[in-house]
Amino acid sequence: MTTTAPILKLDHLGMTFPGHPVFNDLNLTIHRGEFWSIVGENGVGKTTLMRTILHQLRPTTGRVHYLPTSSTVRIGYVPQFRNIDADYPLSIRDFVGLNLTGWKLPWLSRRERARVTDILAQTGLAQLVHRPIGQASGGEKQKAYLAQALVERPNLLILDESTASLDPVTKTELLDLVQKINQQMALTVLFVTHDIPMARRYAEQFLMLTPQGSEQGPIAQLTDQKVWHEEAQHV
Amino acid sequence: MFEYEFMRNAFAAGTIIAIICGIMGVFVIARNMSFLTHTLSEIGFSGAAFGIFAGWTPLSGMLLFTVISSVIVGRLSVRAERREAAISAISALFIGLGILFLSLANTNASYATNILFGSVIGISSSDVTQMLTLSILVLIVILAIYRFLKFDSFDHTGALVKGLWTNTLSVVFLVLLALSVSVAAQIVGSLLIFILLTLPAATAKYFAHSVGRMMGLAIVLALVGVWSGLTLSYLTNYPVSFFIAAIEALFYFLALGWQTTRTAAKG
Repeated sequence: MTTTAPILKLDHLGMTFPGHPVFNDLNLTIHRGEFWSIVGENGVGKTTLMRTILHQLRPTTGRVHYLPTSSTVRIGYVPQFRNIDADYPLSIRDFVGLNLTGWKLPWLSRRERARVTDILAQTGLAQLVHRPIGQASGGEKQKAYLAQALVERPNLLILDESTASLDPVTKTELLDLVQKINQQMALTVLFVTHDIPMARRYAEQFLMLTPQGSEQGPIAQLTDQKVWHEEAQHV
Repeated sequence: MFEYEFMRNAFAAGTIIAIICGIMGVFVIARNMSFLTHTLSEIGFSGAAFGIFAGWTPLSGMLLFTVISSVIVGRLSVRAERREAAISAISALFIGLGILFLSLANTNASYATNILFGSVIGISSSDVTQMLTLSILVLIVILAIYRFLKFDSFDHTGALVKGLWTNTLSVVFLVLLALSVSVAAQIVGSLLIFILLTLPAATAKYFAHSVGRMMGLAIVLALVGVWSGLTLSYLTNYPVSFFIAAIEALFYFLALGWQTTRTAAKG
């Protein structure tokens, strides 16, 4: 579901690491409720771009604008991996609740507990709330990461290769869920992926980063020929 | 045994220490800082020796050294690949300094033993008051930053994305850890301090799956260890830190065995 107001604008954005240009003169406007796929070969700078959008990296040139103001944009981020081993103690419920930092008391308020319960139900984790997340499956972990990102009611969600290590069924299940929330709540989604069929299935727009520059447009224009052409040029 | 003032003081101090170590230990384990805690305890020994040399109380020397060095150690060991080497170098340096200060202070070997391994009879009412004051200070700061510290400790990636001030949190936590080390060293000694700051929390994480419950269980385990240790030490006249170490290690290995068996049974 797309509405017209812009939420994020990349203005002549460029990033150069010493002796290694990553991307240059990148211009992009993303509107509320849009579902974008960010695609491209390994090493073209997709994660660098996401870290720049998150203000974890300062761009070499240009700017990232949150619109209408930076205080109105709440970002949820779902990475591919987190440092969670089998001994990690927190339950899925407590892990999701970590992101609630607005209230000052150590324990969650009744309203916050209700919000966690609600988001766990939305993400299909209602039956697993007490399971230690260290003992959850890969798909359950990704759903918990998604739930944690959503619990603070973001209006911009970044999925950074979040589905890369999942089997096709779990991948589809997770993206169906994201698409449903995108449509119901006008949540803007940036889906970073190598999986072109999945990008075509879920996204409305694409941004393809290449060693030569970037391309963007409606997802229908992300043809196999274009992807093969870029891969061949890269080789 | 409670007819003796030193035993009443030891139980009061032990209770304060167990509560502080139970709470701080949960964050130490979550942040993988067991080795750093061990180093801070060695720095505490050096500080205590300096305190004696300078004519202060050992606690004042410990506080000075651990608070300053916790910030330095924290900054030096930010990068994971050099963390262990940096901590080892600092640890070696401070043990050496501790021995030097003891030598310069012309104290006998039993004083050094008390600093290193703790002493039941050395705790006065004013020590208990000092420990209580420091512990309340630590608890107030923990309460003030609780949600941020919890997020950063249990999900550093998420905290970074949220834009939390993770570097500042790290330094504040290290200073709190230094204060806790100085408090706990009074009874278990500086070399064995990491027992109470790591083992109860490491045991609790196998049975409790929320931060609050982990803290509660870690406090109970630390209290059982400290109270039993003090009682056994009084009855047998053997060192209290031996009993505390043995009890806490027993709890930990039982928990580890229980977890391994349960994992194997699940297949």
